[in-house]
Amino acid sequence: MKWALLVTVAVLALVASVAVGPAAVPLGELLRSDIVWNLRAPRALLAFLVGGSLGIAGAALQALVRNPLADPFLLGLSGGAGLGAVLAIALHLSGPWALPLAAFAGALAALALVYRLGLIGGAALDPRILLLGGVAIGAFAAAITTAIVSLADASELRNAFLWLWGGLSSASWDAVLVIVLYAPIPIAVLLAASRPLDLLALGEEPARYLGADVDAVKRRVYLAASLLTAAAVAVSGVIGFVGLVVPHLARLTWGHRHRALLPAAFVGGGALLAIADTLARTVVAPRELPVGVVTALIGVPVFTLLLRRWTIA
Amino acid sequence: MRGDRQAGSLQLEGVRYRYPGAQRDALENVSLSVNPGQFHAVIGPNGSGKTTLVRVALGALAPLAGSADIDGRPSSRWPRQALARLVGVVPQREDNLFPQRVRETVLLGRYARLSLWGGERPEDHAAVMRALTACDAQHLAERWVWTLSGGEYQRVRVARALAQEPRLLVLDEPAVSLDLQHEMGLFELIRGLVDTEGLGVLMITHDLNLAARFADSLLLLEGGRPIALGAPVDVLTQQTVETVFSWPVRMQTVDGRPQMIPLRQTKESRA
Repeated sequence: MKWALLVTVAVLALVASVAVGPAAVPLGELLRSDIVWNLRAPRALLAFLVGGSLGIAGAALQALVRNPLADPFLLGLSGGAGLGAVLAIALHLSGPWALPLAAFAGALAALALVYRLGLIGGAALDPRILLLGGVAIGAFAAAITTAIVSLADASELRNAFLWLWGGLSSASWDAVLVIVLYAPIPIAVLLAASRPLDLLALGEEPARYLGADVDAVKRRVYLAASLLTAAAVAVSGVIGFVGLVVPHLARLTWGHRHRALLPAAFVGGGALLAIADTLARTVVAPRELPVGVVTALIGVPVFTLLLRRWTIA
Repeated sequence: MRGDRQAGSLQLEGVRYRYPGAQRDALENVSLSVNPGQFHAVIGPNGSGKTTLVRVALGALAPLAGSADIDGRPSSRWPRQALARLVGVVPQREDNLFPQRVRETVLLGRYARLSLWGGERPEDHAAVMRALTACDAQHLAERWVWTLSGGEYQRVRVARALAQEPRLLVLDEPAVSLDLQHEMGLFELIRGLVDTEGLGVLMITHDLNLAARFADSLLLLEGGRPIALGAPVDVLTQQTVETVFSWPVRMQTVDGRPQMIPLRQTKESRA
C-alpha cells in the first residue's frame, strides 16, 4: 500500500515535470514535441536519478556515521566538488563535460582526503573522524573556493554562484546515460549492505559478534555512498536537504530496516527532486531558480517539523 | 539446537595481550579451555582483564603471544559470519541508534544464517520465538526495546544470542543492574542451557557467589594474570579472595559450593 502510494507519487512527479514548463505544449502533442524529448524528458529523468542517489546515499551514511542528522554533503564532497567546478569556471575550461568532470575530480579528491583522515586511528575506518574530517575538509575547500571567486569577474562569479546552488538546466540524454551506467554499482553495494547496516545500529562490537564484517562494511558503504554523491554533484551541483530529509521521511513510514528503507529513500528522493526541479523552472518562468534553493525552501520547514517530532518523542 | 554437538570448543593457550600504547600487559599468560556442556566463569576485580579476555577469545583482538582458537582455528582468522553461527555473544554494552521492537532486535541474531539477498524464512521466525520462550520473554515480542526494564532487556539480549543457535555462549557481565529475581533467573536459564542443550558457556561476572554456585569452573584474574583456575571450591578460598580483592571475608558452604561474606572493617583494621 505505502509502496503503491510512493511509486504513484514518483510517476506523477515525472509526468508533471514532463508536462509542465514555460513553453506551453498542448497535452495531445506531448509525445511528439521536441521540447519534451530533448529538454524536459532527460531533465526529469536526471532529476529523478540524482534525487534518488542523494536519498539512498544519505540513508546509508546516517547509519554508517551513527548520526541521524548526517547528509551526504556533510562529508566534504560538496566543498571539493564546488572547488573543482569553480576552478573550471575560473580557468575557462570549455566543452560540455569540463564542469562536471572538474566537479567530479574535486569531489573525489575530497573523498580521498576524508577517507585518509578516517583511517587516522588505525586500520579501521572511524565514522566519528569521517564526520569531523568531512566538515573540516569541506570548510577548507569552501575557503579556497571563496578566494578564487573573490578574484573572478562578474559573469564568472554569477556562474560559479549558481552552480554552487545546484541546477539541472544542462541536463541531456548523455548525462542521463552516464548516471544510468554509473549508479547501479554503488547502489547495489549499498543494498547488499542493508542487513549489516541494521546490525551496525547496535554498535560495532555487537555487530561484529552477530556476524557482520564491520570494517569491510564501513569501507564499502562510505565509498559507495560517496561515489554516488560525487556523480550526483558533478551533473547537478550541490543540492542540499534531499539526502537529509528524504531518509527521515522514509524512516517514519518504512521503519529502520535498511532492506526497505534504502529503496524507499531512492524512490522518494527521486520524486522529491523531480517535483523541486519542476518548481524551479516554472515559478519564476522564463527565468529559473537554482534547484538547491527550492529543495532548501521545502526541506528546511519539513526538517523543522521532524525535529519537533523527535524532541517530543 | 542443531549442528555438531562437539563443535564450539574454545582454547586459550598462554595468551598475552597489550593494548597499543599501554604501559603493561592487559593479559599475561592466560590459558583456558571451554568445551560444550561446560559453564566457565571468569572473575576478578575491575580492570583485571576480563573483557579483554573475551575480546581475544572471540578474535576481536589478536593475541601478541600464545593462541586463541575456536575448533582449532585462530579466532581472529574466522570469517565473522561463520563464527557467529557457532558462537553467540552478549556484550557488555550496546545502544540502539533507532527505535526497534523486541522481535526485530532478536531477529538480528539470525543475520549469520541468512543469504545476502534472501528474506527471512519461517524457520528464522520460529528460532526467534524459541529463543524468546527459552528466556521467558515471549510476551515482550511486540514491545519497543526502549520501554523494557533492565531485566527484561537483558533477557531479550540473551534471546538474541540464542537465536543464533550457537554452540558456545559468551556473556560479559550479563547480570549487572538486575534485581535478585532476574539475576537468579538468568543464572538458572544459563545453567539449564548448559545441562539440557549441551551449550558451552563463558561468562564474565562480578558476582563471586553466583559464579561459585552455578559454574563448573572459575578463572580468577588479577592485573591480567591468572591467579587460580579450577573448581569453585579450589578457587574461591578465603586466602585468594582476601589477597585479590584486599578485603576481609568469611567463607561458608551452600549446596557444596563456597560462598563468601564480606566482613565489616574493625576499628583496628581501619587505623
